[in-house]
Amino acid sequence: MAEFSTSIVGKGNVSVINLSGYLDAHTAPTLENNFTELIDQNQFKIVVNFTDLAYISSAGLGVFMAYIEKIRDNKGDIKLASMNDKVFNIFDLLGFPLLYEIFGTEEEAIKKFIESDGIGTK
Amino acid sequence: MALAQSKKNTGELIVKSRTENLSLIRDFISSQASSSGLSIEEIENIMLAVDEACTNIIKHAYKSYPEGDIVIKLELNRDKLIISITDHGNTFDPGTVPDPDLQKYYRNGKVGGLGMYLMKTLMDDVKYISVPGKYNKVQLSKSINA
Repeated sequence: MAEFSTSIVGKGNVSVINLSGYLDAHTAPTLENNFTELIDQNQFKIVVNFTDLAYISSAGLGVFMAYIEKIRDNKGDIKLASMNDKVFNIFDLLGFPLLYEIFGTEEEAIKKFIESDGIGTK
Repeated sequence: MALAQSKKNTGELIVKSRTENLSLIRDFISSQASSSGLSIEEIENIMLAVDEACTNIIKHAYKSYPEGDIVIKLELNRDKLIISITDHGNTFDPGTVPDPDLQKYYRNGKVGGLGMYLMKTLMDDVKYISVPGKYNKVQLSKSINA
C-alpha cells in the first residue's frame, strides 16, 4: 500500500514541509491540513521539500493552487525544492514553473526568502 | 520459419469508488504493464493517467459515493496497450471541460481539468464513450514501439 507522510520543520522564520511517498487524491488532505495549520499560525513563508516524494497526481498539484493566493496576500510564498525529474515533469506539463519558484535544494529556497526579507527591511 | 506471434494479454481489476483504492489501481497497472516492452517512464505515465481517470470517476461520476464499481481492463497486444475504465455513475461531456488555465486557477484558488489534460498529454489517445443511465467508459491507449 502506498504511503504518504509529511513533517514540518521550522528554519528561522521559514517553515519547511517535507513530503514523502505518494501524493494523490487520497493523501492530498494531509498536505491541505499542513497548509491550513501553518496559515492559522500566521506562517506564510513556506518551502516544500520534495526529496522523498515518489509520485504526484493533479490532486496533489491542486493543493498548491488552493493556498498560494492567500499566502502571497500575506507577503509570503510557497517555494518548491528538490524535486526528482519525474515529479518536476508533471509540474512542468501543467505550467506550474510560471507561477512557482522551483529550486534545486531546500537551502536555496530558504536563502531566497532571507534575501527577500533583507530587501524588505532596507 | 519464424511466425509473428499473435500474443494478447488481458487483465481486469474491479474496485469500489474510493480514493484509498488509487494505490491498488496504480500497482495493478504497473504489474500488468511490466511485460509490455514499455519503458519504466512510460509505465509511470500510464499509471498517472489511469489514476487521473479514476480520480475523476470517484469525484465526478460517483460524486464521492464509495460503493460504485470501477472496472479497469487492460489489454496488451504486440503494438499497443489499451486500458478501458468503466463506471456506472453520472455521465459527463468531456467536451465541456476546457484545457487548464493556471492564471484563472490562481485567481480562484481552485483547479479543474488538470487530470484530463494530463491524460491527453501522457497517452496517445483518450476516448470517452457514454451510454447515459448505463455506463461510461474511458479508453486510454499507448503505442508500444519495439
